[in-house]
Amino acid sequence: MSEPRARVGVLTPSGMLGAGIREESVRRGLALGADVITVDGGSTDSGPYYLGAGTAKTTAAAVRHDLRILLAAAAGAGIPLLIGSCGTSGTDSGVDWVAGIVDDVMAEQGLSLEVARIYSEQTAAGLAEPLDAGRIHPLPPLGELDAATLESCTHIVGVMGHEPFAAALDAGAQVVLGGRATDTAVAACVPIMKGLPDGPAWHAAKIVECGGQCTTNPRSGGVIAFVDADGFEIEPLDLDAACTTTSVAAHMLYETANPFLLREPRGTLDVTRSSYVAVDDRRVRVEGSVFHEAEQKTIKLEGARLTGYETISFVAIRDPHIIGRIDEWAAFMRTVLTGRVEQTLGLADHEYAFDLRLYGHNGVLGGLETQGATTHEVGVMLRVSAADQATATAVAKVSNPLMLHLPLPDLPYLPSFAFATSPAEMERGAAYEFVLNHVVDVDDTTSMFRSVQ
Amino acid sequence: MTTPPRVLADFAHEVRAKNAGPFWTTFETFMLDENGYRIAADAEFLNEAVIADLYQVDAADVLIFRIPELNTVKISFPRKVAAGGLLDRDLHCGQQHVPLAMMVVPERLLPARSSSVSRPAEGRP
Repeated sequence: MSEPRARVGVLTPSGMLGAGIREESVRRGLALGADVITVDGGSTDSGPYYLGAGTAKTTAAAVRHDLRILLAAAAGAGIPLLIGSCGTSGTDSGVDWVAGIVDDVMAEQGLSLEVARIYSEQTAAGLAEPLDAGRIHPLPPLGELDAATLESCTHIVGVMGHEPFAAALDAGAQVVLGGRATDTAVAACVPIMKGLPDGPAWHAAKIVECGGQCTTNPRSGGVIAFVDADGFEIEPLDLDAACTTTSVAAHMLYETANPFLLREPRGTLDVTRSSYVAVDDRRVRVEGSVFHEAEQKTIKLEGARLTGYETISFVAIRDPHIIGRIDEWAAFMRTVLTGRVEQTLGLADHEYAFDLRLYGHNGVLGGLETQGATTHEVGVMLRVSAADQATATAVAKVSNPLMLHLPLPDLPYLPSFAFATSPAEMERGAAYEFVLNHVVDVDDTTSMFRSVQ
Repeated sequence: MTTPPRVLADFAHEVRAKNAGPFWTTFETFMLDENGYRIAADAEFLNEAVIADLYQVDAADVLIFRIPELNTVKISFPRKVAAGGLLDRDLHCGQQHVPLAMMVVPERLLPARSSSVSRPAEGRP
């Protein structure tokens, strides 16, 4: 085996900013020789609300806790700190929110690091030109994009690769706060900037992106990967956790539709021929990962739009006569509720929507349920959506006497069910849906992003 | 004496499901050993048509990756509804693995009685 030319240590203390970073884990990573600290600040995994509303899933206090540790560590070691997908969805407001907390923490700690913000938000007007030019393409399972869908989004973000982070570091930034970025962008950045090959850099980045998830103890305090010319070596920051060939190789499967190929703006990581070898009982070496440059560079888009406003009502049923015929009861409820809404609110079917869920009776899997198990108690959730909050709540209020008392047609008494709260109706506010899963052809992978330093 | 039928989860460390982005769901069957992998990777037992029937999706959209190095079969297909919408009952797809995990393993794939694997305590969903 050839002697590595150089290596770059990438310290990823957690899978998400705000999830709870441990100071001693970071200290250990610095002692091992970290060259950069990287952490992801977001994901689409918690649903469309955060992108749609432009607010973060994490609470400021948790982000502040983690930033205190990370900023002090980066400043003390004189190494950069890269954070991707700030504020959960990577909207401009998410970047500014994290930047505000960074400013507070630096003031509190007497630090004056050079901070760059990279904005990734896009406008429908700005995307009209590539759309008209046929430079926006759908990714399965979505179809062709139209201008109306772009215009319906409350927020659209482009998903950046490592290039905007690298440009900010080249311009002198010590802390880079990125808008929406690929999960791997922050961790791949510095190894690539130092001239190491893309294959090991992107593969290492994919393995470290969830922190301790690629170890035998997923709740442990992160990992450090050393990328070199031929591959990378990875070890957990906590001494009671281990990286095994299985724990590392299996992480390539996590939340990916294809476990061998991972598309980035500039090309595709291919781990089909990667080998995983135990260095000792805590460390694994990975070689053979390659990166195929794409003929066409692309930037992926994510977008969410308002679907309306929602109100939920929740009641529990224990009456064995109803439980024994719960499907029949639910069907009766749907019919009676629809009729009452039309009668009292004058709403037609297309003016509102609801989902009646029987938790405890196929509530999760619905028609896919394969177990014929019976139950003695059912939680009934009515989730209503309408164009405005008042209408959604009005529908839920119309359901209230039914959720309390609806019998079966032949039941000889009027049951009363168990409401969980007073009032029974809970207003959920605005609700959103993801509508974009498309890519834009670009010549320059930094052109859609704006850096402020 | 009747014993309960052996299901896929009986031969696995873990059968799991998760979102792969808001529009896809993906499953992994981490099998206990080569014997478990032989069951999960059996193309008559687990194939695109079987998954399509189990999850009521189009067989043409089902991707199956058989990975012997990890004793794992990975399955991906598009979600029927995008994550978090009014009709989505499982935001992270975190409970969608159960029908797969509870698939009854056909007799011909069961290990010989003498070498049968003991049922792992936490292998079931």
